[in-house]
Amino acid sequence: MIQVRLAAHGVDVEFQAASGITALFGAAGAGKTVILDAIAGFVTPGSGRIILNDEILFDGASRVNLPPRRRHCGYVARHWALFQHMSLHDNLLFPPADLARRERRRRVKEMMERFGLLEAAQRRPQDVSPAERLRATMARALIGEPKLLLVDEPADGLDIALRAEWQKVLRMVRDETSLPVLMAARDPDTCFDLAGNMLLLDAGRILQSGPPRKVLDQPVGVEAARLLGIRNLFPAEIVALDPGRNTSLLRLENFELAGPYFPGRLRGDRVWLCVEPGELHATAHDGSRPSANQVALRLERASETPWNVRLEFAGGIVAEIARRDFERQRKDNDNKEWLVEFPPHALRVLGCP
Amino acid sequence: MALDWSPLWLSLRYAGLATLLSILVALPLAWLLTHRRFPGGELLDALANLPLVLPPAVLVYYLLAVLGPLDFSWHTAVAVSAIYTLPLLFRMTRAGLEAVDHSFENAARSLGAGEWRTFRLVTMPLAWRALLAAVLAGFARAFVDFAVTALLANAASIGPTVWPLVPIAAMALAALYIGNRVRRGQVSA
Repeated sequence: MIQVRLAAHGVDVEFQAASGITALFGAAGAGKTVILDAIAGFVTPGSGRIILNDEILFDGASRVNLPPRRRHCGYVARHWALFQHMSLHDNLLFPPADLARRERRRRVKEMMERFGLLEAAQRRPQDVSPAERLRATMARALIGEPKLLLVDEPADGLDIALRAEWQKVLRMVRDETSLPVLMAARDPDTCFDLAGNMLLLDAGRILQSGPPRKVLDQPVGVEAARLLGIRNLFPAEIVALDPGRNTSLLRLENFELAGPYFPGRLRGDRVWLCVEPGELHATAHDGSRPSANQVALRLERASETPWNVRLEFAGGIVAEIARRDFERQRKDNDNKEWLVEFPPHALRVLGCP
Repeated sequence: MALDWSPLWLSLRYAGLATLLSILVALPLAWLLTHRRFPGGELLDALANLPLVLPPAVLVYYLLAVLGPLDFSWHTAVAVSAIYTLPLLFRMTRAGLEAVDHSFENAARSLGAGEWRTFRLVTMPLAWRALLAAVLAGFARAFVDFAVTALLANAASIGPTVWPLVPIAAMALAALYIGNRVRRGQVSA
């Protein structure tokens, strides 16, 4: 259990984390690394208090500031930071321990076995595969039996195979130990897949916290939604609400949409409408009159994703449809006029700040 | 014709000793200034660089002023040579230590290593090329440096006309100090 309250280098946060993975999610410069470094003791906060399992690591008021070596925090740095002048085996042997030489070597061997490193043990970090480097870093961080694991967003710049390896290693650590893990993340997939809890960081402040699924489904505001990569956010006004028939009417800049009843909202509320690109139905405009919740829009750009085509329409509306559907539609539509349907059940609203 | 090699051996020995003395000061100082922030640190930095900009004559005058009239012995020659070599060694050592990625040192610390263990097992092995280059450059400097030693040998004949030169050193020190701050962006140039 780690309790953190700190102010340092433009960061001002307060949170706690128990066992399992807690993701610090935010854009570059949001303060993720500063928080990890302050907990590890590499950066001294201006004020605050950090407590790990009842031991005070830092307290600004009483001037407690344990050096990094006495904080028992495993740290996985962004670029691994395996010592290049040592073999993987010696990297793991590095942490000083009050153990007999034989016992230490036995523990290193055990750890190398657990992380599948026995073959590469005598080679240096630059001579082993990226996957082995990754596993060695994790093994080294764990061998001193830390009470907390700090992980600084290495998923950036990893290729797809390595990312899968990384998630596998993290899952293994999560499932086989009871360690609290604090992980800085810029990659939402890893976050949602592995973290039990996430802290949404923006410019050094925590915007929102909770289980990732819940945060994604109910961002506290438009800022949080943008950070999470949610597209299709539009200011709207609720002009009608009917709980009995479970309907509502939203007025956007240029058109109106029928939606479901929004509990807790009032008529006249100004909100942000939010729709997943994949939930929109886009069809080529055949000249017929748009039906309910259909809007005629001009296609500005179509870009390909591995399985889908992303359509960007005038007004910043983004829809994603299967490539097959897109090919079929395009044949009889060169004028770039499309009908985009907003299914009522897909409409979500977020409060205004 | 038989050559007398003894001056060469003498120079090599003096230069070696001066370099050794200089690195013993430069390395801890460079480590301190790259790893710790403390009041007076920047002044110390400027002081270590001072012999770089002082003309040999001025340097010798200062030494005489501080230490009193010196007998010319090999001790003093080595000490003066070491002082004259210090800025070069210090600057190169410092650059070498600064070039070591902090994440390696931080990794060592989080693995339970203290500062000495971190320095010995991580910083040094990663910086040794730069440190070796610094030592060699310092040795070359000490080896070919003749001006200071020659002046020192004749110091007795120069006489202690020292005090008028105080402002020169003060100005040099101030220039180095400001230069350092400008380099780090603490003063807009």
